[in-house]
Amino acid sequence: MSTLVFLEHHGDELLKGALGVLAKAASLGDGDVAGVVIGSGVRPLADAAGTFGAAKVYVADDAQLEAPLPQPRVDVIAQLVRDKGIETILFGNSVLAADVAAGLAARLDAGINWDLVDLVQQDGKLVGKRPALQDSVYVDVGWTTEPRIALFRSGSFDPNEKGGSAEVEDVQVALEDFSSAARMVDQAHEESEGPSIEDAPVIVAGGRGLGGPENFALVEELAKALGGAVGATRAVVDAGWYPYATQVGQTGKTVAPKLYIACGISGAIQHKVGMQSSGVIVAINKDTNAPIFEFSDLGVVGDVHEVVPKLTELVKQRKSS
Amino acid sequence: MKIAVCVKQIPEGNSRIDPGTKRLDRGGEGTLNAFDANAVEEALRLKDSTGEGEVVLLSLGLAKAQDALRKALAMGADRAVLISDDAAAGSDLVATSYALAKALEREGADVILFGQQAGDSDGAVLWAAVADRLRMPVVSQAAEITHADGKLTVKRQTEFGYDVIEAPLPAVVAVSDAINEPRYPSLKGIMGAKSKPQETVTLADLGVEADRAGEQGSRTEVYALNDPPARGDSKKIDDDGNAAQAIFDFLAEKRLV
Repeated sequence: MSTLVFLEHHGDELLKGALGVLAKAASLGDGDVAGVVIGSGVRPLADAAGTFGAAKVYVADDAQLEAPLPQPRVDVIAQLVRDKGIETILFGNSVLAADVAAGLAARLDAGINWDLVDLVQQDGKLVGKRPALQDSVYVDVGWTTEPRIALFRSGSFDPNEKGGSAEVEDVQVALEDFSSAARMVDQAHEESEGPSIEDAPVIVAGGRGLGGPENFALVEELAKALGGAVGATRAVVDAGWYPYATQVGQTGKTVAPKLYIACGISGAIQHKVGMQSSGVIVAINKDTNAPIFEFSDLGVVGDVHEVVPKLTELVKQRKSS
Repeated sequence: MKIAVCVKQIPEGNSRIDPGTKRLDRGGEGTLNAFDANAVEEALRLKDSTGEGEVVLLSLGLAKAQDALRKALAMGADRAVLISDDAAAGSDLVATSYALAKALEREGADVILFGQQAGDSDGAVLWAAVADRLRMPVVSQAAEITHADGKLTVKRQTEFGYDVIEAPLPAVVAVSDAINEPRYPSLKGIMGAKSKPQETVTLADLGVEADRAGEQGSRTEVYALNDPPARGDSKKIDDDGNAAQAIFDFLAEKRLV
């Protein structure tokens, strides 16, 4: 089996989600696993990919590929799949990757399964595991033809930095006329401190129970002490308390950190689907009937304004001791 | 300006998957996919901003999807086209995008809008497939759309912040649900919707070949339905003033601090 992983990058770093998918592909241990890096001035990223399990990395390095837009990437990958006879193409979910994956599915008339949390060999077939209906059922899905395309839910796999180096091959770039019709005119990125919400090993999230935007400081301090990122519910994002980029849930990010601490979050289904794959979930809420307690490993019925600062203090003391 | 909005009827309330067909049970009441209401709203705003034009709804679904289309017509869309055909049942993304693209080619719209996801299948990628088939530029996660000089300027929300992207028309745009607050249909709108054109077309009408629709035209399949993995034991405590210490000890035990 020959597998290709889309190695998305931001700035001069490969995304953790993409590297996690690469680790998954390598762990299937069946055939060649290659990565593809697409952008401008991205050749150094190919070497980085080698240390994360790619035996081979294709590099499309071209000024026309500078902006993170999907359609030129579809052109590059479609050509590569045809030239190299690639059978399986894997993507870690992101705004960009989802559009590339679906565009590629249409271009190649290839089956696409999305929101997968795992991929296994079962009875000689590749089977994707897909939580559905608010994750109340896990569906085994597959492909009837090749190439196959899979788009994985964020945070499904951890990267595996095991050293090694990849064979690097440059690929020619030929773009369709319509692929370069859309043009990036501005990239006004919010630069936030600390790890981004999708890459963070720890997320401390705040909801309406905080009482007001000013109380997000409590959440921020705990996140900082734990080396994590801050998340927010849709309700508080809608209310303008915190930026959308931090929203966890069905209409925001789907995250799966090792630790998720929910502060003043009731646990509406909308939020649950975005974080329930987290390793350990701790919830603090003053309402003993809050649904969040049904899927928390440790639930504390209490006032976030009292519990959270104390916890922050304990974590800080531990660090300084 | 002619604006096409792709919308979907989804099951009302809690959905279930039919264990026999392994497809979503669409037998009960249906409703307009809430995320599509954002796309309809944006289409109406774009039409208003240019002062002329038409908003056409396009859907692929069962005959009863006309109800969902009527709701969007009541919001103010001008007419609706429903692709309804038994042969389309079980269509996956490859087949669905092909049928939609055929219908959209027939319409020749300047702007094609999608909502950000389907509330039933959680699909959030269809637009990119449709755009590729139509050979049009695509922008997703639009938080703001403006139209001037034959092109759209779209503010896109990503994991890293906001991008601004320009696309010449015709173009495909998927809007985020943060883009607007969809209007409620007025009584006048609801009454007026009843007399708006609602066309039903078959796959043959659109020139969709039999082997490109339904299961035959699909490239994915469902093998089995399983229970979700269970979470381990969970604890719940009341804060007696020592909860922070209890959390800390719990995290220490799990080697998380």
